[in-house]
Amino acid sequence: MTEMENLIVESIKQSTAAVFSTMLDAEAVFEGAAIEKRTPEASDGVVSFIGMAGAWAGAGSLVCSPVMACRVSARMLMAEFPAVDDEVLDAVAELTNMIIGGVKTDLEPRLGPLGLSIPTVVYGKNFKAKGAGIDEWVGATFDWEGERLAVKVCLAPTAAPQAKARPAGHPYAVEV
Amino acid sequence: MESEILVVDDSAAIRKILQRVLRGTGMPIGAIYEAGDGQEALDTLGRQRIDLVLSDINMPKMDGLQLLASLKSSDKWRAIPVVMITTEGGESRVAEAVKLGAAGYVRKPFTADQIKEKLMGFLEAVRP
Repeated sequence: MTEMENLIVESIKQSTAAVFSTMLDAEAVFEGAAIEKRTPEASDGVVSFIGMAGAWAGAGSLVCSPVMACRVSARMLMAEFPAVDDEVLDAVAELTNMIIGGVKTDLEPRLGPLGLSIPTVVYGKNFKAKGAGIDEWVGATFDWEGERLAVKVCLAPTAAPQAKARPAGHPYAVEV
Repeated sequence: MESEILVVDDSAAIRKILQRVLRGTGMPIGAIYEAGDGQEALDTLGRQRIDLVLSDINMPKMDGLQLLASLKSSDKWRAIPVVMITTEGGESRVAEAVKLGAAGYVRKPFTADQIKEKLMGFLEAVRP
């Protein structure tokens, strides 16, 4: 991995640990880091995206099973969620906002100010998700109570730096 | 008398967590109103007496900074303390919020103790 990729992995580890300990009173155990160089195969589950823009631009993403999404939401909101519903998707969106927000804050001293978009969460079966122009994700996986959470970030320098630019929409495509 | 609080966040999850945390402070809090964006917050402020606003920054429609600017430019609402709750880093938007007149800010993720510590002074001060 390059220095930047290692930096992103460390930021993901720190931010995920902080969010799990403060919001869930739980520990997400780091399992490993990897680089994804192509669009993942079709999958099932819950996937979230949040855009980042500035002198560097890209996105952050969380991927987990419906079971984990329900458990995380139950712990966050102190309620039972037997199935993925709007409240679960909202909780995953907020988890994404906090984890990737922490990564963003950690990276800003190196990359300059970055804006965050509003998160998007997708739940379904046999879908493919792809970010426009996003080819390489730096990711880390975590285990929590036997379920796996993947946290991924893709960032690249923009051609024309716009230090205060904020993404207006969601440059993602979901194929079902 | 109890303080009336308005929680503004596009995330229903965060609004729910803040309701729970605020109730757990033990402070004399009356109604806790919720709004999903700045515009909804202004609508609520037009209908209810509010003593303290807790607002996210990054929201659709009208964001927290636009809400803050509206409150601080209003004779009726200027004195209401507004505490921002945000994932944003130390500079840029937080600095902008402070410049606009935010009474303080809490960074997400937060613990119940952090919220309590940050708001205790404001709740004492605004107690009607």
